[in-house]
Amino acid sequence: MEAGIKHKLLHFLFRYGAIFVVIGVFIYFSLRLDNFLTASNIGDIMASISIVTFVALGVTFSLIVDGFDLSVGSTVSLTTVVTASMMVWYEMPMLVVIGVPLLIGALVGLLNALFIIKFRIPDLLATLAVMYIIAGIHKTYTKGYSINDHMLFPDGSKAPGVISTSFQTIGQGEFYIGSFTVPIPVIFMLLAIVAAHLLLRYTRFGRQLYMTGGNREAARLSGIRVNRIRTLAYVISGVCAAIGGILFTSRVGTGEIDAGAPLLMEAVAAVFVGFSVFGAGKPNVFGTFVGALLIGVLVNGLTMMNLQYYTHDIIKGTVLVLALSITFYVVNRGRSSSS
Amino acid sequence: MTLSTQYATESSPTVAYKEQRSECDMDIPRSLLRMVGIEKSFNGIPTLKQVDFEAYSGEIHALLGANGAGKSTLMNVLSGAYSSDAGHIELHGMKLQIDQPKDARSVGIYCVYQEVDTALVPQLTVAENIMLDQMAKDTASWWVSPAHQYRQAAVACAKLGVELPLTKLVSELSLAEKQMVLIARTLVEQAKVVIFDEPTAPLSQEEAVRLFAVMQLMKEQGLVVIFISHRLPEVFAICDRITVMRDGVRVYTDHVARTSIQDVVGHMLGRTLAEQVPKQVVPIGDIVLEAKNLVAGNRVRGVNLAARKGEIVAVVGIVGAGKTETSRLLTGVDQIEQGSISIKGQSVRFKEPADAIAKGVVLVPEERRKQGLVVHESVETNLSLPILKRLSNWSGWLNGKIERQLAAEIVEKLRIKTASVQTLVQYLSGGNQQKIAIGKWLESGADVYVFDEPTKGVDVGAKEDIFQIIGGLAKQGHAILYFTCEFAEAIGIADRILVMCDGKIVQEFDRQAATQEQLLFYASAGKEGEL
Repeated sequence: MEAGIKHKLLHFLFRYGAIFVVIGVFIYFSLRLDNFLTASNIGDIMASISIVTFVALGVTFSLIVDGFDLSVGSTVSLTTVVTASMMVWYEMPMLVVIGVPLLIGALVGLLNALFIIKFRIPDLLATLAVMYIIAGIHKTYTKGYSINDHMLFPDGSKAPGVISTSFQTIGQGEFYIGSFTVPIPVIFMLLAIVAAHLLLRYTRFGRQLYMTGGNREAARLSGIRVNRIRTLAYVISGVCAAIGGILFTSRVGTGEIDAGAPLLMEAVAAVFVGFSVFGAGKPNVFGTFVGALLIGVLVNGLTMMNLQYYTHDIIKGTVLVLALSITFYVVNRGRSSSS
Repeated sequence: MTLSTQYATESSPTVAYKEQRSECDMDIPRSLLRMVGIEKSFNGIPTLKQVDFEAYSGEIHALLGANGAGKSTLMNVLSGAYSSDAGHIELHGMKLQIDQPKDARSVGIYCVYQEVDTALVPQLTVAENIMLDQMAKDTASWWVSPAHQYRQAAVACAKLGVELPLTKLVSELSLAEKQMVLIARTLVEQAKVVIFDEPTAPLSQEEAVRLFAVMQLMKEQGLVVIFISHRLPEVFAICDRITVMRDGVRVYTDHVARTSIQDVVGHMLGRTLAEQVPKQVVPIGDIVLEAKNLVAGNRVRGVNLAARKGEIVAVVGIVGAGKTETSRLLTGVDQIEQGSISIKGQSVRFKEPADAIAKGVVLVPEERRKQGLVVHESVETNLSLPILKRLSNWSGWLNGKIERQLAAEIVEKLRIKTASVQTLVQYLSGGNQQKIAIGKWLESGADVYVFDEPTKGVDVGAKEDIFQIIGGLAKQGHAILYFTCEFAEAIGIADRILVMCDGKIVQEFDRQAATQEQLLFYASAGKEGEL
């Protein structure tokens, strides 16, 4: 009897734990901080998670096919500086400014897929290597400097361009619905979430992704071209990271160096927090969004409480490890008892 | 020591039993394993209901039953993997308290599971693996003496009457040898009861014979040997007594000499069953699939075969003859190195299973859980896996309604026992899982079905259903290639039987022309004229 209650409690935690934690944290900060529960702050939180949500969506795709992509943080860093350099160094038209980083994201995905599928390097190791390569490329590309409007080169000359205001509206623009401020990146984020959810849930491609991840051999024997599906998942992961990079540049207004470094950890945490939401037991879009929301709320609240930024990593790491504990404990228990 | 004194003082029930048995002129039981009134439920569903089970030392006792009858659960209770809800276990008249595997092992109850790899450390030598439990004991010395280990391991092997390469790494052993390592380990531990859970399923005929010899030796040394198997002929060949379980109840126990396979099957099913499904005779048409001189690796060395419309072609051979490899070449899972495949006279080249499926050639693979199904997904999702294209429109949007409808149709047609189409496949029994692995192709428009050991680990009832399904597919005009190591099945179901040996087709028989002996003769490299 007691074991039954424990079992049920565990499952309840698994299904709704993450959502309760988000609500709990939200209530806590609302009571504790005067300025937390204001329309503008909530808009801020949403805007701040839009970047990590895009990156986390990418990670979701790689995890669905039973892979892993550690290179997303570096991809964000690289695409951030590339986007800025397109404007500041080369004064390119908007289409190129956005197109080139997207292309780079796709190429990083292809590179990952090449190592993982063709050379059969385990996904964690392959993307770890790629992560370092991309991080190195992005620093080499800018020689270690962030890219600002009319930046000074070491030889004394000045960069010709600026990060255009029209570009910055992508990340910083807002419009108003009544008294509510809705940042434009939030719209992008919500659109992407809905699109990804529909894609994964209701289309052939989504089903193929999940089946490939669920049992690659069975999927292949059922006529799914699993290598193609896995390659596409990594390409989507890279492109999502690239979108994150573009948004980052636009939001901050500079091509900051190492912008993506903290995002890898946040994105992975978001996906694993979301693993269990509503008992999905597998990577899913809605869960990923809940996870990103949790991290966004935490970071926002902690910042408002004047905690030093370097303590945030401790809290984010703890959230990740808790989410992983619940997920893997329940998932593995379920598997061992069924066999 | 304590056990024998215990036995001497508390032998009265055994004595009474002896008297009763002596009328049936059985050999006199020296000691006894008794399980009394065992009950076990999972989530409120009873799996074992008041089960009594007895086995003597010095006998091989077969425990039979269809899948889900409760025989594995009963043995898991005995070996401590599960704890029972009610009832008790006695060994030599002494009541045992078994709550975990450690308890069972400490009184000498061991189980040799089918998945041998889970109990072995591949990087260690054979001797070290045999001595593994000894080393793991709390009382074991800090220092390990390799010489001592080899001596002890050698003693255990001598007792078994087998020669194992003691210094070899376990990772280099064959499956049958690994099994022997596990058995040797039980002997080192002074086992009194050894449970064999379907040990012969993955073995070839010769390997099984060797295993039986070992079991015979263990029996002669006074052990209680409990043998779980789906293969009735071997049960009748080597066992002394048989216990049959059905739906969590022990329904029958008797000496093998006083029963027959038909009887036992009847008890397993709860009804008597004609031994074979009557073969449906259907008109046979033109050649659909033809393979010429297929070569790949060292397992397939020039295979020629053809399958016609409406024809069931069985390819038989012992384990390792290259059957699985051939089935994988025909369906594009592996690449052929030489030779050619043609479909309806048109030469084809498969780079991926998807290419083969596009041409109408599909595979029902041997390892259904690993290769045929996505077990953590629902019945519906598994059934629609190969036909996603049909279920979706130009944009790739899936039609959930039609998907559900088709899944429900297949479930009904194949009599798949499942709570609903949403149930996860992992919760279904082996036979129903296999039906799903077959059923998912029904709507795919396949012309050629390639089956690799479709009845492996499937109970008698489901087996019958599967034969009927395959017969039905042939009737609809599909060509069937049926790869199996069960010769009787091939004779029962096939229109034509090809015998495979060492990577080649060595003999061909028509339906009526073959006997099991003949098939075995050619499958084990016999030459024409020697018979």
